[in-house]
Amino acid sequence: MAETATVTLTHVAADGLAAAVGQSVAAGGRYATLVGLDERSVGGKGLAVEAVVMRPGLGLERFRADVPLEGPAYPSVTPVVPAAHWDEREVRDLLGIVPVGHPDPRRLVLHERWPRGYHPLRKDVPAGDRPPLADRRFIPFEVHGEGAYTLPVGPIHAGIIEPGHFRFSAIGERVLHLDARLFFTHRGIEKLAEGRTLEGATPLIERACGVCGVAHGIAWAQAVEAVTVTEVPARALVARVLLAELERLYNHVGDLGNMCAGIGFASGVARLGLLRERLVRANDGLTGHRYLAGIVVPGGLARSLDEAALAALPALVAGIETEVAGAIRAIVRSDGVMARFRATGVVSAETALALGATGVAARASGIDADLRRDLPYAAYGEMAPSVVTASGGDAAARFHVRAQEATESARIVLEAAGRLPAGDERVPLGRATAGDVAVTGVEGPRGASWLWLRAGADGTVDRVRLRSASFANWPVVAAAVPGNLVPDFPLINKSFELCYACTDR
Amino acid sequence: MPLDVLDRYLRPLRRGRATSGYPTAAPDLAPAARGLPVLDPAACDLTGACVAACPTGAIEAAPGAWRLDAGKCVMCDACVAVCPTGALHHASGIELAARRRRELVVLQQPAGPRAPQGEPASADDEAGGTAVDLDAAGLRLAEAIRRGVGRSLHVRHLDAGSCNGCDWEVNALLNPYHDVQRFGVDFVASPRHADVLLVTGTMTRNLEEAAVRTYEAMPEPRLVIAVGACAISGGVFAGSYAGRDGIGEVLPVDVLIPGCPPRPEALIQGLLLAMDRWRPRA
Repeated sequence: MAETATVTLTHVAADGLAAAVGQSVAAGGRYATLVGLDERSVGGKGLAVEAVVMRPGLGLERFRADVPLEGPAYPSVTPVVPAAHWDEREVRDLLGIVPVGHPDPRRLVLHERWPRGYHPLRKDVPAGDRPPLADRRFIPFEVHGEGAYTLPVGPIHAGIIEPGHFRFSAIGERVLHLDARLFFTHRGIEKLAEGRTLEGATPLIERACGVCGVAHGIAWAQAVEAVTVTEVPARALVARVLLAELERLYNHVGDLGNMCAGIGFASGVARLGLLRERLVRANDGLTGHRYLAGIVVPGGLARSLDEAALAALPALVAGIETEVAGAIRAIVRSDGVMARFRATGVVSAETALALGATGVAARASGIDADLRRDLPYAAYGEMAPSVVTASGGDAAARFHVRAQEATESARIVLEAAGRLPAGDERVPLGRATAGDVAVTGVEGPRGASWLWLRAGADGTVDRVRLRSASFANWPVVAAAVPGNLVPDFPLINKSFELCYACTDR
Repeated sequence: MPLDVLDRYLRPLRRGRATSGYPTAAPDLAPAARGLPVLDPAACDLTGACVAACPTGAIEAAPGAWRLDAGKCVMCDACVAVCPTGALHHASGIELAARRRRELVVLQQPAGPRAPQGEPASADDEAGGTAVDLDAAGLRLAEAIRRGVGRSLHVRHLDAGSCNGCDWEVNALLNPYHDVQRFGVDFVASPRHADVLLVTGTMTRNLEEAAVRTYEAMPEPRLVIAVGACAISGGVFAGSYAGRDGIGEVLPVDVLIPGCPPRPEALIQGLLLAMDRWRPRA
């Protein structure tokens, strides 16, 4: 159904990686992901780093550089392609491969309480190994000087939100710098998946994030289907589009309400919160799970969609969409709300491009990118969305883009429900060839998530890495805050509405 | 513009009540809604296909005894799909909150071909409630606490390393449909104002220090509720280098709410249980 993207693999010398990735990006590519590898499980002797760039209309370009086991290091990609900065810090923490010349040498994923020299994704580190605590302290990035002060917030926050530590440097109420420290919910998913069967690892990958589960589930399923050479039935491909758009819809509707929560606009929170509740209840009726978990699996769908719920879905979604539009109108007509949204948390197109922003965060800054159209998967080749962009780059632009995308998602849900072909929902997987690699990209509610998978022996996982859309966008949040007032941070944060869980994994 | 403002206030009056009738009424769940699967012991032949299919090791099958640990179950129905005899059924039971870990283990005693002669599986104290209570004194103290907070409960939510599914369901408690404030429950910003710590997630290493300090900042008496399979047992993330297999390794847990994530109705049941206000419907 969907044409497979052309993938090229180029082996480069360790000191040529940055230049190769830089050239590909300069030629119009979008940086996708960077993965650290321990090659000893596939017959190699050392470690490796692989960067992937997406070339719209062309496919994927993979650049692989081997690095030695002793003193593993390579010249950092980040000075050339800044979007790689968190990936490289993660690879250094989890595999001990040092990006020489990286501008921020601090730890990222494994905080200071982890012992030096402990790199859990090395193949010789046992899976359940829990090393002793180390006693070192976090080094915050702070601004010092006359009138400047720092404001530490979190990791435990005052609301029902996920944990992260934000260190504001400010003069008066004006923020000079924000240092965001995440990975508090790092659960070691990628290591847990290693050695499991390709089917058995599904619930784990899906639960990288509770509210991006369909997006990540599809990325995972497609990667497994690629390494096992499995042809998925048409009904499952259309159903995946239906489920993915239901996920985008409930997320966007909830996130629009949460933006109102960011400024204490209670009627918007209540109205959109109620509509989101009706959407997740519809998900429950259709799939048995409010957040659509346990339905997308390698080979198709785990179970049939509920017939009665499917028949009722178009009228239900159309009705909710009308009410969402009414709620949006009421919010947009409130001068007090829009005055807060406008010119708050501005991200320029240059910043968004350099940091590799994705999803609403990128499109609200004028970047016309959407994997559903640019690298179609599932049945998006036949049901392409019209991509919404705005130029303001502020919270208001993100609000408008999200609102229009919700309308578009509702339209695609109706279209997919109408097109759903009869037939099988699931086929058995083929045999995976050990060492085969698949790279998949999926446009979730928060943007493009990239999944890199290498099969191990006997249909197991050798290495998987999920680079979620939130992972890509968090540094953009930090860049959007300076120049704004400290009390605008909740709004700016919610205008991106990123997950911590799929960033931290 | 004034009309818009008027509309904002008149709309709810026109719409009528949005809030669910739970818990007076049963949870309004669709037939597809996945809760804890149910075993028909008469049809079970103890082949153990469900044991192998379970992603979290929640099922044990031994001669004459089949156990399902609701504290590990993620309610994926994978066991239902593989059951060769059709003994395992999809069900929508979600009111599973309990005060003790062992109450979460469902014991069934299928005859099965592998059952030993004569002696039926021993009425296992692990799952039964009749064994001597070593923590009876602790329970009496907990009762005293619940008498103190019975009419209102101030909750501090704490994400100790979850997938955020549980946290979104905790968030849904505040929407107009579930409206948990009708029970006198409210969420507070500071642990110093909280009666109960509502904890999601496995307890990751990166959070452990902050989580323990949050608990220590609470005034006594204080309760801890473990929300979801991860907080109870580690869930799908059990056995990781990056954290614990549940918050019970670090914090004293008073109430456990199974689910992945627990639906808001299940969270309400657990909160009412913590306040000693939960009464099963007739």
